[in-house]
Amino acid sequence: MALKIVKGSIDRMFDKNLQDLVRGIRNHKEDEAKYISTCIDEIKQELKQDNIAVKANAVCKLTYLQMLGYDVSWAAFNIVEVMSSSKFTFKRIGYLAASQCFHEGTDVIMLTTNQIRKDLSSPNQYDTGVALTGLSCFVTPDLARDLANDIMTLMSHTKPYIRKKAVLIMYKVFLKYPESLRPAFPRLKEKLEDPDPGVQSAAVNVICELARRNPKNYLSLAPLFFKLMTSSTNNWVLIKIIKLFGALTPLEPRLGKKLIEPLTNLIHSTSAMSLLYECVNTVIAVLISLSSGMPNHSASIQLCVQKLRILIEDSDQNLKYLGLLAMSKILKTHPKSVQSHKDLILQCLDDKDESIRLRALDLLYGMVSKKNLMEIVKKLMLHVDKAEGTTYRDELLTKIIDICSQSNYQYITNFEWYISILVELTRLEGTRHGHLIASQMLDVAIRVKAIRGFAVAQMATLLDNAHLLTGNTQRNGICEVLYAAAWICGEFSEHLEDPKQTLEAMLRPKVATLPGHIQAVYVQNAAKLFATVLRSQESTPDTTAAQETSQLMIDRLPLFVQSANLEVQERASCILQLVKYIQKLQQKEVEVAEEVTALFAGELNPVAPKAQKKVPIPDGLDLDAWINEPPSESESEDEKPKAVFAKEEPKHTRSRHSEVDEKELARRREARKQEQANNPFYIKASPSSQKVYQDTPGVEHIPVVQIDLSVPLKVPGMPLSDQYLKMEEDRRQKEKDEKKKKEKKRKREKRARGRHVDSGPESEEDITPAHHVDIVTEEMPENALPSDEDEKDPNDPHKALDIDLDKPLTDSEKLPTRTHRSADVLKSPGGDGDGVSITGEPKKKTRKEKKEKKKAKDKERMRSAEDKKTKKKHKHDPEEEEANIHEVVTLVKADETQSTEPLPPSVSAGASDLDFWLTSDAAPSGIQEAVAATNTEMPTDADLGEVKDMEPEEMKSKHKKKKLKKEKEEMEKKKKKKRHHHHRSDRGEAESVQNGTMEEDDEEPLPPMSNYCLLAENAYVKMVYDIQGNLQDGSQVVVSIIFQNMSSSFLKSMEFNVLDSLNSKLQRPEGATPHDGLTVPFQLPPGVSNEARFVFSVQSIVMPQKLKGTLTFIVKSDDSSTHEKLDFKLHFTCTSYLITTPCYSDAYAKLLESGELKSSSLKLEGVTMPFHHLLARICFHHHFSVVERIDSCASMYSRSIQGHHVCLLVKTAAETVSIDAKCDELMLLENVLEEIKQTFSQS
Amino acid sequence: MIKAILIFNNHGKPRLIRFYQYFAEDMQQQIIRETFHLVSKRDDNVCNFLEGGSLIGGSDYKLIYRHYATLYFVFCVDSSESELGILDLIQVFVETLDKCFENVCELDLIFHMDKVHYILQEVVMGGMVLETNMNEIVAQVEMQNRMEKSEGGLSAAPARAVSAVKNMNLPEIPRNINIGDINIKVPSLSPF
Repeated sequence: MALKIVKGSIDRMFDKNLQDLVRGIRNHKEDEAKYISTCIDEIKQELKQDNIAVKANAVCKLTYLQMLGYDVSWAAFNIVEVMSSSKFTFKRIGYLAASQCFHEGTDVIMLTTNQIRKDLSSPNQYDTGVALTGLSCFVTPDLARDLANDIMTLMSHTKPYIRKKAVLIMYKVFLKYPESLRPAFPRLKEKLEDPDPGVQSAAVNVICELARRNPKNYLSLAPLFFKLMTSSTNNWVLIKIIKLFGALTPLEPRLGKKLIEPLTNLIHSTSAMSLLYECVNTVIAVLISLSSGMPNHSASIQLCVQKLRILIEDSDQNLKYLGLLAMSKILKTHPKSVQSHKDLILQCLDDKDESIRLRALDLLYGMVSKKNLMEIVKKLMLHVDKAEGTTYRDELLTKIIDICSQSNYQYITNFEWYISILVELTRLEGTRHGHLIASQMLDVAIRVKAIRGFAVAQMATLLDNAHLLTGNTQRNGICEVLYAAAWICGEFSEHLEDPKQTLEAMLRPKVATLPGHIQAVYVQNAAKLFATVLRSQESTPDTTAAQETSQLMIDRLPLFVQSANLEVQERASCILQLVKYIQKLQQKEVEVAEEVTALFAGELNPVAPKAQKKVPIPDGLDLDAWINEPPSESESEDEKPKAVFAKEEPKHTRSRHSEVDEKELARRREARKQEQANNPFYIKASPSSQKVYQDTPGVEHIPVVQIDLSVPLKVPGMPLSDQYLKMEEDRRQKEKDEKKKKEKKRKREKRARGRHVDSGPESEEDITPAHHVDIVTEEMPENALPSDEDEKDPNDPHKALDIDLDKPLTDSEKLPTRTHRSADVLKSPGGDGDGVSITGEPKKKTRKEKKEKKKAKDKERMRSAEDKKTKKKHKHDPEEEEANIHEVVTLVKADETQSTEPLPPSVSAGASDLDFWLTSDAAPSGIQEAVAATNTEMPTDADLGEVKDMEPEEMKSKHKKKKLKKEKEEMEKKKKKKRHHHHRSDRGEAESVQNGTMEEDDEEPLPPMSNYCLLAENAYVKMVYDIQGNLQDGSQVVVSIIFQNMSSSFLKSMEFNVLDSLNSKLQRPEGATPHDGLTVPFQLPPGVSNEARFVFSVQSIVMPQKLKGTLTFIVKSDDSSTHEKLDFKLHFTCTSYLITTPCYSDAYAKLLESGELKSSSLKLEGVTMPFHHLLARICFHHHFSVVERIDSCASMYSRSIQGHHVCLLVKTAAETVSIDAKCDELMLLENVLEEIKQTFSQS
Repeated sequence: MIKAILIFNNHGKPRLIRFYQYFAEDMQQQIIRETFHLVSKRDDNVCNFLEGGSLIGGSDYKLIYRHYATLYFVFCVDSSESELGILDLIQVFVETLDKCFENVCELDLIFHMDKVHYILQEVVMGGMVLETNMNEIVAQVEMQNRMEKSEGGLSAAPARAVSAVKNMNLPEIPRNINIGDINIKVPSLSPF
């Protein structure tokens, strides 16, 4: 076996590793695919081996190949194998591969559940971390359900590294397993106030993601977030919170009012552009949500617009882009404030950056008015000509159409101009938007009656020059406009000047190259034109012309009859037969024109796109009821008449062909009718709908003013629209003059304009449309439902997360914990049904709650609390006891979180509190804090527990660190430990110090000692500190400060700051300025103390120094919260630069002999303490160690962090202690001696 | 949410892909190609935001990218992320790479795709921003690397020796992505 392993590891040397693979691929540029396929074969071989290292290496290579696009899902099982390796190295490779290629459809995922659970609970935090990271990428509903509870436990892990990952992954778990949201939410909320900023940020992140999709459920968190917003300094967190508020404000305008002020302050104060931008965005959202009635409403808008202008004018393209983006949001509600920046936006249209041009285009939409529409569109048309890339050009095209057609062509005063713009747009080659132009043409021609004559003329020109449009390729999207052109010419053929010519144009052989659906329209409309031509020709005495026309049709149509397209073929052959028949009649000199035109008689009305959907089901009509008596059961099986109306339709298709009975026909007719109703181009027979149409101001009665323009040039390829611009200016001028004279007439016009009266904000009364255009309203069925809701996407995973979170948890919602099968079975009969009924219930409750008044709410709360109690009792059912101990613990834990949750009234009554918080405008700070305080009540309790839990943990880790640092000498270690006991001795643990070298039992025990001395204190907080040198870094000392909360309030947001001196500096995180404080990484509940460490760098250590500093913190009691500060002076004694270092007597002697040391001495008088106490004190307070002791004489040694040797010879005789000292730095020595002197003078 | 993170070079060769939503491999390649086409034709002095990746996301999604020497770093994000924040995150990520690889260059990414992944895992998790403090990220990565080394122990020595020999004749390609060179003017998110 052992041999095998050795052999395996030698073989392994020659396996390709990832680097070899990459190198190989790079060296085989010509036959890469072939090389990779041989590599994959090798990998397959490697995966077959037993050696896990070989497998991991193979999987690592597969991950790389996956990136290159190779499907590696065949190795899924091997990936699972590697994941389950006990070595972190391989585990990591496995999880990485899994996260790259596993997905919900991967079947081996279900094998991983237990492995992942094992990793999650691994003692090694990185095993857990790797598992969490991997899981976040491939979590499935099953995994989420099985592991939710484990992950929830990890949210309270001692390591922040795990906590933050666990918090983040919960979002993925919620998505896959929505039932976990309610049980996990209280803990998630708790994490919003986690002492670790990373965890806090993760919690904010998750809640923001949740709230973005279902904001209303998170409204009750608004006070908490508000508090975070005003206290946090982390820009990431701030941005997320501010974004969240942007989503919340539309639901609660009062929230917006509250936000405006702090947000405005932030806008003024922040230097971070990202934060500024998000603030502006949210202010905009607030302003949108607020109806007027806000006092400084316009001031805020002005502020936003002004800041955005600064962004847009910035040279940084990114800021410019974002400025425009935000501007477009303002535009929707406050177009006027944006319109004043029209110059800037038009300028951006010329920007070289396409993204910026696109954003500016969006804004243009709101900039247009009747006055400037033509001008702006002209500018855009210029851009269209210049634009090279098709995407940008297409975007321009749609924007032009959007701008013109917006709100029912509100801004168009001259439709002839619009038609010519559309015609000009057809000259764009290769655009995708031919159909868009076509539908605009159709829409305008149908709905604007007055323009039909002009439109038809233009369309005829288009048809004449069709070869220009279809010239290049078939896939040219622009040929779609021919569809519209043909239809318009056919339908409104009475307006054509020369129908015969158009007819010929439509029957050209070239037409056969057009797409089928267009040919079909051509054929159909050729027939319409034919009818018109016949009529005009029959009115003249010459009958040969009419016959010639028929002949033309008969000559040309066979081309279409041969078409491969069924539609074209069918229509063509129908019409061909018809024309042949007509020709026969003509030969008999029968007048046919009347009858042929009758075929196409009737007016088409536009129908609103949603018309069909909005038809309400009339009272008394039951769509599911039988129309005829259902056939009796005795009828033969295979007929299955039931199926005609039932859902089994697909099954029935076979028999459908054979028996098209009466009912079937009726049904089809019905379906067809519906289809027609949906199609705006079908005439509807229903008299009722026509009535609606007649209700609109009678089209016929509108006085149509003669168009007094000369017919524009019909030369294709010449820009026509420009002429209109000039004409329009002239006309307006003329009109202005006329207006004064014809006041009366104008009034009439105004009335006729109908829909235009309630037009946009700009008063444009003085611009009248060039021709009186009636925009025919689209037909809607009578008593159509007003609802305009668009259904949400039913597949949206966030829909399932729309869960009320303020409601107390029910027992049934507990997350599944690991249980033995037996317990499971026992529970299921009762529990299962129960669970269903309870989860169904809450929804009803919430609805009820909303309706009922607060009283009722309170009652319900009581009841639910009672429920809880009874349910708690159930918990101790015998069946539960069958579960093993571990489960009981977890169950009880879960129970605890649940039962504490509903108890503080603030949580369950979140909604009413929110009301309170929101309405209290008068004294915002006080009340807000009160609410905030009650809100945090629960987390506080939890924190207390946590702090207690963590303390021993921290102590332990401290020990560990020390152990690593220090030498292995026994005595040394003991001393260290002792020192730790000692700072605890403040709290009454008296313990004797025993110096390693003098363990004589006869000597008196030492009094308690502590190196921690008072730094500063006030009514709220007491700080004691100790300074230790850092052995590893000669320029660093560590200041440990114990913060003790002396008040009955909660202390938080503690910030520690020190005024650096030239010599000593507080070490701050990278990027912080020397004036930034350091956040103390914990909060203090009343009466609790905790220790924090700060690292200082020092240059010279020979002199003691004092550094001034301040501690700022927030004191939060039940009803208020105040900012407090405490000044202090940190005293860096020279002793604090000394590190206890043991020294052997021989080395010590050598050192003294070397003669490099300078000496000094000190005499202490009246020292009454025993000699060993004296030594212990020097050892303890001044970091010395005893080298040798002979009776009343001892030699001591210490070393500074910068390597200075300090040697003492201490002698005592009759209350006099003399100390002779030597050191290579005299200054340091004298200072140390001075400090020793002080130590003894104090006592 | 971040939907995908793509790193590719000036020729569109992928150097790291990380999708936080499942796409089949061929679709992934298509997305890379599309993104490359969108991004590569843009000048360096235009804005770093891009809409209109049709294959990924839709209207709610944006491409936010940075171009460093030979590499494009592209993040596809939805509207819940702050645009400037993500730009900063990319910078943090690249600076972290620079620290971990000591003057990172494209070659480092080519030959150590796995390591880049591990670093990325400490920055973004499951599409959500995990950590923005570079020191913290570097510390965690180093701790994990140390663990890996301690596990490797003696048994990994021969393999390491062999790979050291193999690495000797790496093709020589100009190093340095040179983040210092291109002066990126991003409003700083000072205290993370």
